[in-house]
Amino acid sequence: MSVAIQVLKDQVPKNIIAMTISPRLAKNVRRNVKERIIELILMLAALSAVFTTFAIVAILLYESLGFFKTVSIIEFFTGKEWTPLFEDAHYGIMPLVAGTLTTSAVALAVAVPVGTIAAIYLSEFASHKAREIVKPILELLVGVPTIVFGYFALLFITPLLQKIFPELPGFNMLSAGIVMGVMIIPYIASVAEDAMRAVPMSMREGSYAMGATRFQTAIRVVTPAAISGIVAAYILAISRAVGETMVVAVAAGQQPNLTFNPMEGAATITAYIVQVAMGDLPHASIGYQSIFAAGLVLFAMTLCFNIIGHIVRKKYREQY
Amino acid sequence: MNSNTSPTKASVIENLTAVRAMIHRHKRNDILFATIGLLAVMFGLLTLLTLFIDLVMDGYPRFNLQFFSDFPSRRAGSAGLLSAWVGSLLVMFVTFFTAVPMGVAAGLYLEEYAPKNWFSDLIEINVSNLAGVPSIIYGLLALGLFVYGLNLGQSILTAGLTLGLLIVPIVIVSTREAIRAIPVAIREAAYAVGATKWQVVKDHVVKYSQGGILTGVIIGMSRALGETAPIITIGALTFIAFLPPSPITTTAPFINFEWLSSSFTVLPIQMFNWLSRPDHAFHINAAATGAIIIVVTLLMNGTAIWLRYKIRKNIKW
Repeated sequence: MSVAIQVLKDQVPKNIIAMTISPRLAKNVRRNVKERIIELILMLAALSAVFTTFAIVAILLYESLGFFKTVSIIEFFTGKEWTPLFEDAHYGIMPLVAGTLTTSAVALAVAVPVGTIAAIYLSEFASHKAREIVKPILELLVGVPTIVFGYFALLFITPLLQKIFPELPGFNMLSAGIVMGVMIIPYIASVAEDAMRAVPMSMREGSYAMGATRFQTAIRVVTPAAISGIVAAYILAISRAVGETMVVAVAAGQQPNLTFNPMEGAATITAYIVQVAMGDLPHASIGYQSIFAAGLVLFAMTLCFNIIGHIVRKKYREQY
Repeated sequence: MNSNTSPTKASVIENLTAVRAMIHRHKRNDILFATIGLLAVMFGLLTLLTLFIDLVMDGYPRFNLQFFSDFPSRRAGSAGLLSAWVGSLLVMFVTFFTAVPMGVAAGLYLEEYAPKNWFSDLIEINVSNLAGVPSIIYGLLALGLFVYGLNLGQSILTAGLTLGLLIVPIVIVSTREAIRAIPVAIREAAYAVGATKWQVVKDHVVKYSQGGILTGVIIGMSRALGETAPIITIGALTFIAFLPPSPITTTAPFINFEWLSSSFTVLPIQMFNWLSRPDHAFHINAAATGAIIIVVTLLMNGTAIWLRYKIRKNIKW
């Protein structure tokens, strides 16, 4: 029987078999191909994120390599003077790092207390309705462009501070840092609040049952339980402050200055990049390459803070 | 009970007053902290309000139509924003068409298609990492890659692509959040009647997440509008007293892409330029520009937040 069928099949030309494929099946094949192509396109779009990261690292490394052919790495990290555009050029990144760290420290000094108190209030004290109103307002604050805050620092906060400290120069890290701090308050508040809200209700109830007040519960139970999330908020905020550009470029001055005194003016890494980009430097010159070397340092700093922040933040999620 | 240890009446009252005093003190602490907390929360808002009033008071002499129809000038009084707002508009156009298709497609892939393996993890890590990269680093990327690598020059196209890359993570995150809110049952129902994966995604997933995606797109675009650092880094000129070639022409084929390669300036760059001059007359222009930027970005963000609120209220499942 089966032999007979085999014989029959051999007699039928191949193209007839092809013709007997139902149109439905053919449509299915087309459909599957189309599905695969669409999936591929979507995947390529998602891969663009990976591509962007690699492009950033590649460009920064490539241009920095050109820079480090002229400048020794040891001089770059230990030199106390940064004057790449002068006749007598010095390439020590320390003044720029000092400026960056000082402005960030001032910003944190403002944002950490205010942001933490705001987070405790939002998570433990505010009614549902109040939270619904306040959170969008905090979000709006995040959306204000930084250049506008730069104006505020230079032409509002600095004159105000000069009334208190008459010897304060027109460009100083104090006013830039304060304004930057105001900018990152909502960020600290929202990340820290998330951490506090993740603390299980039963812990609060236990505390209330012992007769503790809201304030005592918030400070002695909820805050310690959420501490890793709160610390993560601070670390991520440092990363923000380090990478912030326009406020410091406008208000902190353009002169590299190895000092940790916020009452002085000093350029940050970001302000230096802006300053060089504003001028018309020829492509592949040492000045042009120096902004990529500075950018590489900045990128490495923010990446470190971001990674540490995310690791710390993950920890509290695993606790409950 | 041993009557010897039972407290005397006087000591009970004393204890009671002490306890009452303590309760009173603790209640006062609660109220005190609630007040401080409210102030801390309002601190940001009050600053924003002060900032806005300061800008409007400084910049009000320039709030007239002339300010929008004049080119920048060496004389502060006759300098205007024409090239800046036209430039912003054109750059936003390019940014939109870069970030939205890429961000939405990536979000769809990560939520609907991506298998659970190291490859998807790699993409996820990169997306969350990119969201934390300072914007000026994107400027350096664009300077090396677009301006000199691909030879696009300091053009509208370069700026649009740069800002597009910058806001892609925002669009991806909001797309994914919107998609995650759609119940699995909707997808299962579509599969049950024979839909393919793409049909499910196109006709159901995208359709029901439109509002959420739009929210993210608006927030991203408002961020792009206010970004200054990356555009300065690519070396945008600040004194532009001409307009890019018009995208629409009177002769066939009626569309002209020359504007993409034109030099340009945008609102925040123009503001930075005026702000960094020592002459106070230019600071008035900067204040007026700042007020305009704030109004536009707050309107955009406000719309997005309101939209999200509406969507949350109107969810039908």
